[in-house]
Amino acid sequence: MPASPPSDAGLRVSLHLDIPSDVDYIERVVELVRHPCAELAYTQRQLALNVPVALSEALSNAILKGNGEDPRKRVSIHADVDACRLVVEISDEGAAFDLQAHTRDATAPENLEREDGRGLFLMQKLMDAVERVTDRPGNVIRMTLARA
Amino acid sequence: MSFSIKKQGDIVVVDVEGQLIVGNRQELKQKVLDELERGEKKFLIDFAQTGYIDSSGLGVLVSLSKKIREQGGELRLANLNDDLKTLFELTKLDTLFQIADTRERALSSF
Repeated sequence: MPASPPSDAGLRVSLHLDIPSDVDYIERVVELVRHPCAELAYTQRQLALNVPVALSEALSNAILKGNGEDPRKRVSIHADVDACRLVVEISDEGAAFDLQAHTRDATAPENLEREDGRGLFLMQKLMDAVERVTDRPGNVIRMTLARA
Repeated sequence: MSFSIKKQGDIVVVDVEGQLIVGNRQELKQKVLDELERGEKKFLIDFAQTGYIDSSGLGVLVSLSKKIREQGGELRLANLNDDLKTLFELTKLDTLFQIADTRERALSSF
């Protein structure tokens, strides 16, 4: 009788990535983080919507707003993925900001036809938790998503 | 990721292949605005081959919709998969756009 494959329960993948402040890197970072989530059987919805969109938003904020696309500044990404949850932290070199104060309801009638202002809203909708990490220098956002 | 534009009758059809995100949204915007400037009025964006869309991609669609309407034209969307439909529902943009299940239905709805 063939041995059954090892359970995912004890498996944990940690990734550390460091990129320049250039939006062209976003897709590659998304793929690098999405891959272990797929290996660990995160749902199709999480792989196609929650993870890529929330991560893209956090990376664009870090590159465009945090670092102002300054080529001398870097964005770092640390992701821990296991069979229970994905925890990803995105750090930039910008000033810390109040996450809640900057999140507006993109579905309010007065905001519906705005071109901007959906990024933080989507991060909060698509992740289980989005928080600012305050015990480290720079601007660090932590997002957590439980495997469904 | 790429965009292809073709004419079907008097309708400009744009196919979005890959992601519509911050890195390429300006390219889509410019291509559609160029057609609008040439006098085109009817636009269909087909997402059959689209992966994911971020907030700046959504923002460009909102902006294009406004500009096309201002010129007396119409923008319709087609072929959103279930994940993209959810994204539009979360942001309530499903209330702002006319969205068809298929390209054929979108084309015949103008």
